[in-house]
Amino acid sequence: MTFKTLIKSVGLVVFLGSLGLWVATLFLGEYRLTTQTLEELLGDETKAKEVLPYFSGVLDQTYTNKFAFIGTVKSTIKDANTGITDKYQITEAEIDALAGNSESEITFALSLTETVFAGEGEVPAFKRKIFADYGGWLDGRAFASSADLRGQIEGTVGYINADILKTRGIDKYTLKAIKVDMIKRATVGFVPDNNALLSIIIFIVGTIGALMYILPKFTDGPEGIKHNGIFHSAMKSQGWLGILTGSFLIGFYILLYWYAEYITEWTIILDPLSMRLSGNGASQWFLYGFLYTVAVLVMGIRMYTKYRHSKYQLIRTTSVMFFQTAFAFIIPEILVRMNQPYFDFKNIWPLDYDFFFSFNLKELAANGGIGVFMLGWGIALILVGVPVFTYFFGKRWYCSWVCGCGGLAETLGDPYRQLSDKSLKAWKVERILIHSVLVFAVVMTSVTLINFFTDGRMLGSLTEPVQEVYGFAIGSAFAGVIGTGFYPLMGNRMWCRFGCPLAAYLGIVQKFKSRFRITTNGGQCISCGNCSTYCEMGIDVRWYAQRGQNIIRSSCVGCGVCSQVCPRGVLKLENKEEKGRFNEPILIGNDGVKVTM
Amino acid sequence: MQKNIVIIGNGISGITAARHLRKLSDHKITVISAETDHFYSRTALMYIFMGHMKYENTKPYEDFFWEKNRIGLVRDFVEKVDPAKKTLRLKTEGTLSYDVLILAVGSKSNKFGWPGQDLDGVQGLYNYQDLENMERLAPTVNKAVIVGGGLIGIEMGEMWMSRGVDVTFMIREKEFWSNVLPNEEASMVSRHVVEHHAKLLKETELDSILDNGNGRVKGVKTKTGETIDCDFVGLTVGVSPNTDFLKDSGIEMERGIMVDPYFRTNQPDVYAIGDCAQYREPVPGRRPVEQVWYTGRMHGETVAQTICGNESRYQPGLWFNSAKFMDIEYQVYGTVWNQVRDGEKHLYWEHAKGKKSVRIIYDAANGSVTGFNLMGIRYRHEVCDRWLREKTHITEVLANLREANFDPEFYDTHEQDIIDLYNRENPEDHVKLKRKKGLLAAIFG
Repeated sequence: MTFKTLIKSVGLVVFLGSLGLWVATLFLGEYRLTTQTLEELLGDETKAKEVLPYFSGVLDQTYTNKFAFIGTVKSTIKDANTGITDKYQITEAEIDALAGNSESEITFALSLTETVFAGEGEVPAFKRKIFADYGGWLDGRAFASSADLRGQIEGTVGYINADILKTRGIDKYTLKAIKVDMIKRATVGFVPDNNALLSIIIFIVGTIGALMYILPKFTDGPEGIKHNGIFHSAMKSQGWLGILTGSFLIGFYILLYWYAEYITEWTIILDPLSMRLSGNGASQWFLYGFLYTVAVLVMGIRMYTKYRHSKYQLIRTTSVMFFQTAFAFIIPEILVRMNQPYFDFKNIWPLDYDFFFSFNLKELAANGGIGVFMLGWGIALILVGVPVFTYFFGKRWYCSWVCGCGGLAETLGDPYRQLSDKSLKAWKVERILIHSVLVFAVVMTSVTLINFFTDGRMLGSLTEPVQEVYGFAIGSAFAGVIGTGFYPLMGNRMWCRFGCPLAAYLGIVQKFKSRFRITTNGGQCISCGNCSTYCEMGIDVRWYAQRGQNIIRSSCVGCGVCSQVCPRGVLKLENKEEKGRFNEPILIGNDGVKVTM
Repeated sequence: MQKNIVIIGNGISGITAARHLRKLSDHKITVISAETDHFYSRTALMYIFMGHMKYENTKPYEDFFWEKNRIGLVRDFVEKVDPAKKTLRLKTEGTLSYDVLILAVGSKSNKFGWPGQDLDGVQGLYNYQDLENMERLAPTVNKAVIVGGGLIGIEMGEMWMSRGVDVTFMIREKEFWSNVLPNEEASMVSRHVVEHHAKLLKETELDSILDNGNGRVKGVKTKTGETIDCDFVGLTVGVSPNTDFLKDSGIEMERGIMVDPYFRTNQPDVYAIGDCAQYREPVPGRRPVEQVWYTGRMHGETVAQTICGNESRYQPGLWFNSAKFMDIEYQVYGTVWNQVRDGEKHLYWEHAKGKKSVRIIYDAANGSVTGFNLMGIRYRHEVCDRWLREKTHITEVLANLREANFDPEFYDTHEQDIIDLYNRENPEDHVKLKRKKGLLAAIFG
């Protein structure tokens, strides 16, 4: 074993050890939900008074099993909500009493609630109050019969009963807001006691391990294309290691998006760093942003080793590393520290699909000059930045130089670029899918804005479900789980190619009004297939190169790898005058036959 | 009238002919190959072995392409051609008749009668079966000797090195491929081979290949009597037309199948293209048998025209070629000999690190450029082709050299260094490099 392989092996072991420890921390926690925590999270004495008794068996108990604890908390919340609903709900009998039993015209009097909900207790008082709030409009109204009246009361009671938890229990929105925090604050013992030390062992030592594995690659033979063994590798050619890695990534994304209460230890480990940056504890989104940035940086250094002969790749990789670290990670955290809105200045609608959501517009509007600037900046990027930059440089200015998704794909995802599907069929699917997502994003945003500007009078009830479907199916499942989780299974640009609505928009500009193209070099192509194989967007580059045609495809992100891997110097990414961009295919070399096909 | 056209060989020549025949006509087209079911890029064989690609990735057209374009594919071996009866005898499918036959049968690796040349572990690299054979041998190969310093030799060496095999190149010449490359470029390749930790035995010739007693190679002996142990011997000393099965067919052959400028053989309705064809009248300055991807493609394009009634002479344009020596790319445009010929002047610039060079050859008398030889730098085919055709003066070419550069963006450029060199060598000329476009002009111009 040479010194170099020794360093690499040690690095790999250290890295895997850190990774293992990181995963293990999920099982090292103890859980103890205190009365105080629950009270603080509920933030409302009335609610606490109702909810707390249900938690009597849970509060201030120590659990050692995460699943048992979270299961108990979940079922307790459910029991509490059922109990509270039962307690406060207006019953069928009470509806009957309110509606009376008249076959002829009947006028409803609100004062009837005094008898139906008679009593001094809290429950009848609640019922009287809420019925007056929700059903006050019935007072003095005449109905053809009790049956008619009952129909109206039933509807009102439906709303009342559904809203009991908003004031007395833990409704779905509250639950969403406090669930992860509740489990996080209940996590006690080894992990929170040692989070600073753990963060050093896991992230600093782990990074050192990864770099020990990566940096020696700088001495891997003379500079040049380093693709030996890729299709023999279990990691890079959909072998067992790739499937394992993909499963791990998919699992991570599912936990992150939908079950973050199970990974509270991971956020606790990052609390010290998060406190230093933004002054707040780490959420799962901080965890995600941190890991994302570390992955881009470490794997960016891997790109430096692999493409040390290519200034284009070196500069481009530096660019994605910079934009991820500064724009996506540090600046937003500092903004939060300065009590400004969290804002990623390089994220553009419709990739940034909730940019026009009312919560964001309200937050920006509430933050004076800087909020208005951010709003204007975001809109300027959409309306001016995208078309102008894309006209001059192609969509690469964003997709492979600036974008976070692109940044991760070009660094962490680089080992998997050859797994993209190059078939004509995949191209057909791509065109339908990506443009459908763009349409979906535009429709969703239109509905949102109409709702916003009409104060919910138009399309009000539609907005939330549409946003939820988009957020679940596109924002989380497609962009995250498939987009990154499928790197080792189907290549590193699944999201960018098939799903990203911003890529679709950039692509339309690139195709029809841009100076960017990949030029083919006369007749030099030998159809070897390296360009197509290593095209992460699944473009069959060879198909164009071997007929001497410029490559102008809406999906091309301009990563430049086709040009690098070409053994005959056939491909060059260029921004040039539009004239001659869509050239007739022409192969130089045969004077006897003009070959234009 | 619909003709029944049969093409033997599914390499670049045969397939290009088939594709163009289909575009130009409604003839029945059948392609027969014993090698693979579908057309793949022969030049990419090395990448399959090195794990850069799978076989699937080397197929330029998806499998549905052939049926969609009504190009029939037959996987069989042609044993005999009978031009009188216009029939073929296939190994498994029996007799097949044709109206027009195109022989695009390619080459086979040369073996020059060395003792032991047929041992297990001794082979060339030309076809898919050669690749399979290397893959079969790979687990038992620790040391390989590559005989011959050409393009296939360096590919084979690179293939073995990708598997951690010790590689020794044995070349007859002073430097790598110096029968084609000028000395400076050839020694650059030699240096690069050594940089990759291969051994390079220069001016060494093979005497015999040694048997381990079980029919497997165990080493080679040089003409000076030295023996080198190895488990594999690559014979990469050129290829010759793969025409054994055509003996006694009445088709006239010398080294290859003799063809006129329309690729017609001496037999009616029998054409030959690609590696296996030998021109009765070679194009001036070019070899009678051209075994290059690009010429094969042009043959296919041309013969399709003739068969479809548009009689077209083979008129290749200016010579060009390219290759890659491990990490060093090579491109050539126009005529470049391995030595300075009478009446020529060479401007040769080499980068300080010795991995890039530009050689521009021009007429000593009138200054017109005649060739470009490039190592580690890419030039535009279109621009070089235009300069060569228009016999552009060397000073004009140099002043506009930026136009030719085809390297990726942000790469170091060396045009000024090249011009400085020229001005030093030709103090009477004061060539000035045309200014680069300013940033604004570059963006808006």
